[in-house]
Amino acid sequence: MPAIHYLLQDGSTRTIDAPLGRSVMEVAILNNVRGIDAECGGCCSCATCHVYVDEAFMARLPAPDEMEEELLEGVASERRSGSRLSCQIVIDAALDGLTVQVPARQS
Amino acid sequence: MTAGLLIIGASYAGMQLADAARAKGYAGPITLLGDEAAAPYQRPPLSKGLLLGKQTPEGLTIRAPAYFEEQRIALRLQSTAVAIDRGARQVTLHNGEVLAYEWLVLATGARSRPLQVPGGDLPGVHGLRSLDDALAIDAMARSARRVCVIGGGFIGLETASALRTRGLDVDVIEAGAQLLGRVVPPEISEHFARLHAQQGVQLHCGASVQALQAGPDGRVAAVLLADGRRLACDAVVVGIGVLANDELAQAAGLPCEQGVLVDACGRTPDPWVLAAGDCARFPNPYGADPAQPLRLESIQAANDLARAAASVIAGQPVPYQAVPWFWSDQYASKLQIAGLGLPGDARVLRGSPDEGRFSLFLLRAGRVVCVHSINRPAEHLLARKLIESRVQASAAALADPDFALKSLLDSSPAAAPRA
Repeated sequence: MPAIHYLLQDGSTRTIDAPLGRSVMEVAILNNVRGIDAECGGCCSCATCHVYVDEAFMARLPAPDEMEEELLEGVASERRSGSRLSCQIVIDAALDGLTVQVPARQS
Repeated sequence: MTAGLLIIGASYAGMQLADAARAKGYAGPITLLGDEAAAPYQRPPLSKGLLLGKQTPEGLTIRAPAYFEEQRIALRLQSTAVAIDRGARQVTLHNGEVLAYEWLVLATGARSRPLQVPGGDLPGVHGLRSLDDALAIDAMARSARRVCVIGGGFIGLETASALRTRGLDVDVIEAGAQLLGRVVPPEISEHFARLHAQQGVQLHCGASVQALQAGPDGRVAAVLLADGRRLACDAVVVGIGVLANDELAQAAGLPCEQGVLVDACGRTPDPWVLAAGDCARFPNPYGADPAQPLRLESIQAANDLARAAASVIAGQPVPYQAVPWFWSDQYASKLQIAGLGLPGDARVLRGSPDEGRFSLFLLRAGRVVCVHSINRPAEHLLARKLIESRVQASAAALADPDFALKSLLDSSPAAAPRA
């Protein structure tokens, strides 16, 4: 299973072996990774599962669709080049080693 | 067993409450009772992604088993509470087992309102509330050709959208004059009526159901309307609202009015009993009358009231104060609602209904109180802030596509009083 590294607000890292086909958000919630709220449960409605994706992995992800792009405009923490909604990142083998940083706040 | 925090109901409110109580420092035992077989799961996809085959039942699980161990939350599934003894601070389960509590939280949710017409409970008539309900509809949709959906609210329309997308013939029967009549203004209702009609759904508004008829096999085969029409079908999905599960609270002598009455911290008059989620009726600062308690059927309300109730348990009460928000996905249209509107509110359109991308701003006394957005998620997020800041805005500015909505936040009175 691909390993996903979550950089947390307190500076620590949680590494989780993630099942294929689930989203980076779902894996975080299932495993109690703090700092990803996902109030809407992954329906791309709330922008509270914002993460900063490590630059090295940006090119391996499909570009955000129009909905995600708009929601990223409204995230509570600063939007940066690596900003994505983790509910929209589906885990596949190519994402082994993916590092995402949890932002300072989600709402 | 040691008395601790006992939570009846293991969906959003119960789950959030357990999690927030732990996170806020509650150190005692936490027991989460769920009456279903499945561990806590996401419900919105039941009428959306799950029916469309985009999500699996396993994919809906909210927390991994290890989470419950780590957080020392005892999750007890298929456990139904049948009585509360507030004097002894005990709850009796369906199997006769008695659990003591220090704190008790009612997060019992709501159930589908039954269709009370002759034949309303025939085989082939479905409700949609639980995972089992959704799986039954999914199984039905594999063989059915024509389905009647009774109720043109969110559940009915989302189900109609999913079934139609799967290629079934769908009739939607709504008793009111418009779809979603209870919760949205006419412009939004018309958008969804147009959308469903374009997709080939047959809409029957202002139609009341007189009876459901069985076929030779005893399963539902037709819906009879009061005007004499007979709609043949292979199955029926009923989505005519919900009833709060407040019977346990009533039997325990707690005040209820179609929902357990609580304050903005989720407190009942019993200092050791709280309630949150769909079963709770609580005062909302964004309601038309902040003193009038409301029942909000949404994940946001369940989560936020559960956090408020958890703050009571942790000894530092922080009342509920979030702007209510809701959403619905149908075909390629995403509706997001911020705030609570009233029929008398002034309505201002921003964007293009013809292109299926617009927001409808509702103003009361010059203030933005509610915004319905179709495929405008950025405006929805901004709308929540505008409503929270209680900003004044002119209709002309809101309707002007070149006007930057964000600028309204800069001029808002920062210390707007909360009701």
